[in-house]
Amino acid sequence: MPFDVTNRFARITGSEKRASAWLSSLASLVVLLVNARQASAGSPTSIFDPAATPAHSIFSLSMLVLSVTLIIFLVVAGLLLYALIRFRERSTDSGRDPAQVYGSNQIELSWTVVPILIVVMLFLSTTRVIWETEAKPKPDNALDVTVIGHQFWWEYRYPKQGVVTANELHIPISDPHSPTPTYLEMSSADVTHSFWIPRLAGKTDLIPNRVNTMWLDPSEAGLYLGQCAQYCGTQHAKMLLRVYAQTPQDFAAWVKHQQQPSRADLSDQPQADEGRKVFLHNACINCHTVTGTVATGRFGPDLTHLASRDTIASGAIPNTPKQLRAWIANPDEFKPGSLMPAMHLNNHDLDAVVAYLTTLH
Amino acid sequence: MAKEAPVLEAIDQTAPASHSSGPGVVYEWLTTVDHKKIGIMYIVYALIFLVLAGAQALLMRIQLAVPNNHFVTPQVFNRLFTMHGSTMVFFVGIPILFGFGNYLIPLMIGARDMAFPRLNAFSFWISAFGGILLYLSYFAGSGLYGAGSAPDVGWFAYAPLTAKVFSPGHSTDYWTLSILMSGIGTTGTAINIVATVICMRCKGMTMTRMPLLVWLLLVTSCMVFVAVSPLTAAQIMLTLDRYLGSHFFDTQAGGSAVLWMHFFWIFGHPEVYILVLPAFAFINEIVPVFSRKAIFGYSAMVAASVGIGFISLSVWAHHMFTVGMGPAGNTFFVFATMVVSVPTGIKMFNWLATIWGGRVRFRTPMMFAIGFLFQFLMAGLTGIMLSAAPFDWQLSASYFVVAHFHYVLVGGILFALFAAFYYWYPKITGRMMSETLGKWHFWLFIIGFHLTFDFMHIPGLLGMPRRIYTYEAGRGWEYWNLIVGIGAMVQAIGTLIFVYNLVHSYFRGKIAGPDPWDAWTLEWSTASPPPSYNFAVEPNVGSRRPLWDLKHPEDPDSSYE
Repeated sequence: MPFDVTNRFARITGSEKRASAWLSSLASLVVLLVNARQASAGSPTSIFDPAATPAHSIFSLSMLVLSVTLIIFLVVAGLLLYALIRFRERSTDSGRDPAQVYGSNQIELSWTVVPILIVVMLFLSTTRVIWETEAKPKPDNALDVTVIGHQFWWEYRYPKQGVVTANELHIPISDPHSPTPTYLEMSSADVTHSFWIPRLAGKTDLIPNRVNTMWLDPSEAGLYLGQCAQYCGTQHAKMLLRVYAQTPQDFAAWVKHQQQPSRADLSDQPQADEGRKVFLHNACINCHTVTGTVATGRFGPDLTHLASRDTIASGAIPNTPKQLRAWIANPDEFKPGSLMPAMHLNNHDLDAVVAYLTTLH
Repeated sequence: MAKEAPVLEAIDQTAPASHSSGPGVVYEWLTTVDHKKIGIMYIVYALIFLVLAGAQALLMRIQLAVPNNHFVTPQVFNRLFTMHGSTMVFFVGIPILFGFGNYLIPLMIGARDMAFPRLNAFSFWISAFGGILLYLSYFAGSGLYGAGSAPDVGWFAYAPLTAKVFSPGHSTDYWTLSILMSGIGTTGTAINIVATVICMRCKGMTMTRMPLLVWLLLVTSCMVFVAVSPLTAAQIMLTLDRYLGSHFFDTQAGGSAVLWMHFFWIFGHPEVYILVLPAFAFINEIVPVFSRKAIFGYSAMVAASVGIGFISLSVWAHHMFTVGMGPAGNTFFVFATMVVSVPTGIKMFNWLATIWGGRVRFRTPMMFAIGFLFQFLMAGLTGIMLSAAPFDWQLSASYFVVAHFHYVLVGGILFALFAAFYYWYPKITGRMMSETLGKWHFWLFIIGFHLTFDFMHIPGLLGMPRRIYTYEAGRGWEYWNLIVGIGAMVQAIGTLIFVYNLVHSYFRGKIAGPDPWDAWTLEWSTASPPPSYNFAVEPNVGSRRPLWDLKHPEDPDSSYE
C-alpha cells in the first residue's frame, strides 16, 4: 500500500514536470512569435504588403488559397491525430489483431469527388487572376521601358524619352481612376535573370533571345526593393533592384534631367577635367557610355548621370565618393566575380576619375 | 515476438547468410550479381553521399545564418548548392530508393533474384562511377582558364549559363557527364525492375496480389523510361554545344534557353514523383503492419499510383510559370498540377483509414511513418499554393519553394526512408536497430526538421530569393535564417545518432529472427539475413498477405479478395 502511494506521487510529479516542460516550451514559442513579428514587421520586400495591382490580385488569390489549404490541413491532420490517439495500442488490449477492413468503394468515391470540387474551385479562381494580369491590354498612355538583364546589373531604356539608365528604375505612380501603368519589355544580354519586386508584382524572367512583358502600377510614391530571382552566376546575390515610384511631376522632371548630355566644359574643376582625360584614355570607354564623349561602350552601366543615382554596383553599395573610389580600385572587394576589372590606376588618377564621375549629375 | 507460423518451418535455418567475411570478401562484393548485395551497396553508397551533401547544406546554413557573412566566398557557395542539389537528387535519392527496391522486390514476389543480375551490377557500378566523377571535379575541374573547380551552375543548370562562354573550364562537363552516367544506370535498373515484376513472380502472385511496394516501384520504373531519356538527350546536346559548336541552347546564335528548361523539367518534375513514389511504397508496407490492419483500399491505391504516374508527366512547366509562356499555357499547367493532388489525396485518406480502427504500435519505423504523414500533408498543401500560377509568380525561386520541396524531400521522403531503415534493417542484417537510439534520432530529427523547414517558408514570403550567397540586413530575413541554421545543426546531430545506430546495431543489436514485426509479406518468411537463393522452396501465395493466411488459417485473406 505505501508502495502504491509513493508510486502515484511519483507519477504526479512526473506529469507536473511534463506540464511545466510544455508550459515553458509554449512560453518560448510565444517569445519566438513575438520576436518574429518584430523581426519581419516592416520588411520592405514582403509579398503580403502589396502596393500595385498585380501584387494586389496575387495577394487576394493567395489569401483564398491559404484559407482553403489551412482548412484542409486542420481537418486531415485533426483526423490523423485523433486516429493515432484513439486507436493506439493499449496495455489492456487482448493480444489479438483488430478487425480487418479491406476498403469501401463508396468511401473512396467520396474522398475523390470532394477534392475534385475543391480543385475546380481553386482552378477557376486562379485562371481569373492569370488572364486579368497577363492578358491585360496596354493602354495608350502607358510608359514603355525596356529592361535588359546583365551579369550582374540592370539596364533600363526609355525608348520614347531617349533616356538610358542603370539599376535604379524610375516610374510614375498610377492613379487607380485614370491608370498610367508602366509596361516593361524584358530581355537579357547574357544569361537568364528574373525581375522581382515583391510589393509590386510577381516575377518575370529575362531570357536572352526572347522578349517578355510585365506591367507595374504603384499607387503610392516611394522606393520599392527587390532583386534578381534567377541564379545568373557568381554575383546573383548582389544583383539588386530599386524601383523609384514618383509623382507625375517628379517623374517628368527626372526624365528632363536624364535627357541632358554630360557637361562639356569642366575648366572650372581641373581635377575633374583631368579625371575625364584618364577616363577617356583608359579601357573604361570600352564598357561604359557617357553621352557627349567618345565613351560609348555598352557592356557596363551608362554613366552619363551616375551621380544622380543613390547606389552603385547594382544597389550593393551607397553612391559616395569614398565608396566609388574603393569600387573602381577593386570591384572584387565588394562583388567578387563582378565582370568589371580592377583598372590598376595610381592614387592620383583614381582621385581624378572619382572627381570626374561625381560631376556626372 | 512472432507467433509460430507454419511458413517459418520452410526456412532453412542452417543456410549460410548471404554476407560472408574473411579474405576474398572484397572481391566477392565487387563481382557480385546478387540483388541483395547490390541493394546493400546502393544503400551504403547513397548514405555516404547523404552525409557528404548534408555537410554541404550545413556549410551553406552557416554562411546564411547572419547577413553579410564571409564564412565562404560566393564561388564556393555557388559550388556548394550545385553539388548539394545534384548529389541529393542523383546520387542519394535515386540510388537509395533503387537500393531498397533491388533488395526487396525479389523477396516480396518470391523470386530468387532480379531478372537480369548482370545488368543489375552494371547499373549499380555505372551510377557509382557517375557520383565519383562528379566529385573528381573538385580535384580536376579547373580548366585552362583556371575557372571553377566543382560545377557552379545550379542543379538545374539553366542554359545559357552552362555555355562555354559563361562557364569556361571543365567543371560543367563533369556535371554533364556524371548525370549522363547516372541516367544510364537508372534506366538499366528500371528495365530490370519492370522485367522482374512482370516475369519473376512466384506461384499465385498475380499482379493484383503484389505488395503495394512492388506496384509503386513498377510505376516508378516506367516513369524513369519517359523522364530520364529527355535529360540524357539534353546532356548530349549541351556537350555538343560546348565542344562541337552546335547551337541548341546557344542564345547568341539563335538557340533557345527555354528549350533547356523544357528538357530539364520534363525530367525534373516526374523525377520528384520517381523519388516520392518509393517513399509512398515504404509507408504502404509500414503503416498496415504497425496498425495491425490490412491496407485500406488496395485497388484504389494502385489506381492512384498509376494515375499519379500519368498525370505527373504533364505538369513539368509549373516550374516555368515565370518564363512568359502566356496565359493559355499557364492555365493548362495550373490545371494539370492541381489535378495531381486528387490521387495524392486518395493515398493520404487511405493511410488514414488504415490507421482508423487499428491498434497502432509506436515503434521507431511507425514514428517516422507518422512524421511522414503529417509532413507530406503539409508539403502537398504548400504544393497547391505553388500550383496557383499567380501565387507562384511571387513564390517561385524564393525560399518558400526551397522550404516546400525540402518538406517533400526531407519531411516526406527522408522520413519514409528512415522508417524503411528501421523496418527492414533486421531483415538485411539479422539484427534489430536500437529502439532507444531510434527514438532519440526521431525526436532530434523531427525537432530539427521543423525548426529548419517550417521557418524557411517565411523569408521566401518576405522576398528572399534562393541561391544567394549573402543578403543585407533590414529585409526581415536575419531572424529566420538564424533559426533555420540552428535547426540544421539539430538535424545533423540526429543523423549522426542514426549512423551510429546503424553501425552499433550491426555488431551489438538484438538478434531479429525471421519475422520481428509480425508482418505479412513474403520477405518475412525467409531467414534474416536471407540466404543467397532467398527461398529454399518457391512460395505459393493465395492472397496479398501470404503470411497473414499462414498465421490465421481460420480467417485467411484469400476468402475476401
